[in-house]
Amino acid sequence: MAETFQTTSDIERLLAIAERLKAHLGEEAVEEVKTHNGEVTVTVRRQYLTEALRYLRDHEIFEMLVDATAVDYLPLRGEPRFEVVYHLLSLTHRLRLRIKVRVRSDDAWVPTVCFLYPSANPYEREIWDMFGIRIDGHPHLKRILTYDEFPGHPLRKDFPLFWQPGMPVEKPAEEFEEW
Amino acid sequence: MATVEWEQALMTINMGPQHPSTHGVLRLILTLEGETIVDAEPIIGYLHTAIEKEAEFKTYHKVITLNDRLDYVSGMTNNFAYCLAVEKLLGIEPPLRGQYLRVIVTELQRIASHLVFLGTMAFELGVMSAFFYCFREREKILDLFEMLCGARLTYSYIIVGGVRYDLPDGWVEKGREFLRDFPKAWQELNELISENPIWLSRTKGVGVLRKEDAIAWGVTGPSLRASGVPWDLRKTMPYSSYDHFDFEVVTAEEGDTYARYWVRMLEMMESVKIVRQAIENLPAGPVLADHPWATPPPKDLLDKDMEALIRHFLFYGRGYPVPPGEAYAAVESARGEVGFYIVSDGSEKPYRMHMRAPSFIHVHALPVAAKGHLLADLIAILASFDPVMGEVDR
Amino acid sequence: MKATIVKTTIDGHEIVIAPPGEARGEVLDELDAEMREVIGRNVLLAKLEDLLKVDVVQAIINWAKRNSLWPATFGLACCAIEMMATVASRNDIARFGAEVFRSSPRQADVMIVAGRCSWKMAPILKRIYDQMPNPKWVIAMGTCASCGGVFQNYAIVQGVDQIVPVDVYVAGCPPRPEALIHGIMLLQEKIKRERIGKHREKEVP
Repeated sequence: MAETFQTTSDIERLLAIAERLKAHLGEEAVEEVKTHNGEVTVTVRRQYLTEALRYLRDHEIFEMLVDATAVDYLPLRGEPRFEVVYHLLSLTHRLRLRIKVRVRSDDAWVPTVCFLYPSANPYEREIWDMFGIRIDGHPHLKRILTYDEFPGHPLRKDFPLFWQPGMPVEKPAEEFEEW
Repeated sequence: MATVEWEQALMTINMGPQHPSTHGVLRLILTLEGETIVDAEPIIGYLHTAIEKEAEFKTYHKVITLNDRLDYVSGMTNNFAYCLAVEKLLGIEPPLRGQYLRVIVTELQRIASHLVFLGTMAFELGVMSAFFYCFREREKILDLFEMLCGARLTYSYIIVGGVRYDLPDGWVEKGREFLRDFPKAWQELNELISENPIWLSRTKGVGVLRKEDAIAWGVTGPSLRASGVPWDLRKTMPYSSYDHFDFEVVTAEEGDTYARYWVRMLEMMESVKIVRQAIENLPAGPVLADHPWATPPPKDLLDKDMEALIRHFLFYGRGYPVPPGEAYAAVESARGEVGFYIVSDGSEKPYRMHMRAPSFIHVHALPVAAKGHLLADLIAILASFDPVMGEVDR
Repeated sequence: MKATIVKTTIDGHEIVIAPPGEARGEVLDELDAEMREVIGRNVLLAKLEDLLKVDVVQAIINWAKRNSLWPATFGLACCAIEMMATVASRNDIARFGAEVFRSSPRQADVMIVAGRCSWKMAPILKRIYDQMPNPKWVIAMGTCASCGGVFQNYAIVQGVDQIVPVDVYVAGCPPRPEALIHGIMLLQEKIKRERIGKHREKEVP
């Protein structure tokens, strides 16, 4: 019932692809392979990210990077604080795969993938703007959604929801709650 | 005899956020060599509304009202993708009548959105009458939506578990009347625009996006299908009973502006086909799944049953907890693949909601299609990608 | 909400954020200030004022102003689509003389701020307002332009009256075309009661 989009055979093919990825990169590259709600998520280590995506693009034919974003897990689990999430789509095999990289807050950077997938270019700028995770090797890393002098990175969990220019940026002690 | 050496001077021009033809608040910094475009750098963020951050502070049901404002020209599809993602986390499947109603409203919304595309693109290229004809037809669709859910633009009609209301009396007749009259209006627009020599010279061969570039840049939707890739989520990864309907995936080969326009024109007629099939085969039954806490109880039970009243208050007041996990769900909207990535921590509010917006990518793929063309062609190319700044900036 | 005036820099533009409802326009062109003085001392107008009663001249000029309000295109978000629907044939704004949407603010009378204005857009809003020549009016269409609307967060201006002086607020999310037309008619009533000539200085914000 939860397999609205991908059937059981798709899950099997994705798990086989994850096995081949692990075989190609080595055991220590892939941290975790998870299947949940009809989706397969592979967590890789940061230094193997570009190699993993290159393998998936060239050998497993995942032609399109559909989405790249990040999540801040500070209140839930502390370190590693961020997870950078990439969604890949294969037009020929009709499969979706999610690749994750865990990033610590004192070491917040990921290598760029925009040389593999040009569509990652604006997504990585957004990750920098919203979360403060530097993208190493990006040709034009500038804020994209907020204005240049914006103080802070808004989608982090310690940035307040309600802030106006002129207010100091402080930790949300009494956070603006839903009425 | 002296010869004159012309210097190649590049001129930087700002096509500012306030502009009649940029489809919203898009800023383009153009580097021109004479009239020819060397580079067009888009600067976005002028409509950034922090919807993703707001969603972390509102319950799952209230976030649906925020989602309408993302892609405001095509409001039903945002709700649809979001509800599919939350249903994936909850493990709910809506009843068949609910799924058919979702299909009907999404396809009608697709026609309305393509009419806005056609109206604005024609307006910018000089065919001002087409703007009025398109909006006249769109008003008929908005009448249908208003009869159904009370709103013209921001519906919040599709909720987790199904749809909010069943069809009122007289809706099916009015829908059939619209389906009877729309092909004539389509033919009128077709005769006005498609063979027009000015239109052809302004759009044929202009802004070619090759297949490899389109896929590498993540372009989806009609813009991808116009470049020769027959990828339509409704056919390749069907959701919500789209596989019950018989329709074609409209593709074109050239990848130019005319192809993108023509794909959307034919898609309007395919949508008419789907709505006709859905209305004729509409099954009976409930429109909302009956989950113990994630769907509101039916209104007629509220004054009879105490548990229903408690469930009603808990649903609207406190919200419903969603099992922890993450889900990504995508639908085929009028612009491309609209996807929602939701991370849940087990509470009543989403921990992270991210929207994958097709226009975000199309706006950044614009320089690839526009290089080497004239400044006036840029307007046609931008209009043919049909960006909506609400979903670009979120 | 705060009650002080904040000066800040956004994208290199300096902008003054006033408490809600108290924004003031400033004249970008020195030429415009001279023009206003000249029209105030307009000889023909003064002669007409002596010849007929002041009220008749005022009535005629205000009738001309309010029945030919040319809006400047400032459609930002969802309200822009409803504004386009108001221009379309079912709810026809042309019967109010307002179908000519000028892209250049130099040729416009009224700025209909349709949609949510983010802080990144705010200096541009102020600049377009300053570039409009007098007489000018502002309609804040929709709740986002009037007071921030559904969005009370770091990115949205909580009401454009913190940046430009607003004459008419139209509520709705988005307001129906009928509501926008009602707002335009309210503005027409306001213009009907305006003073002209040497009494005008007190009115312009």
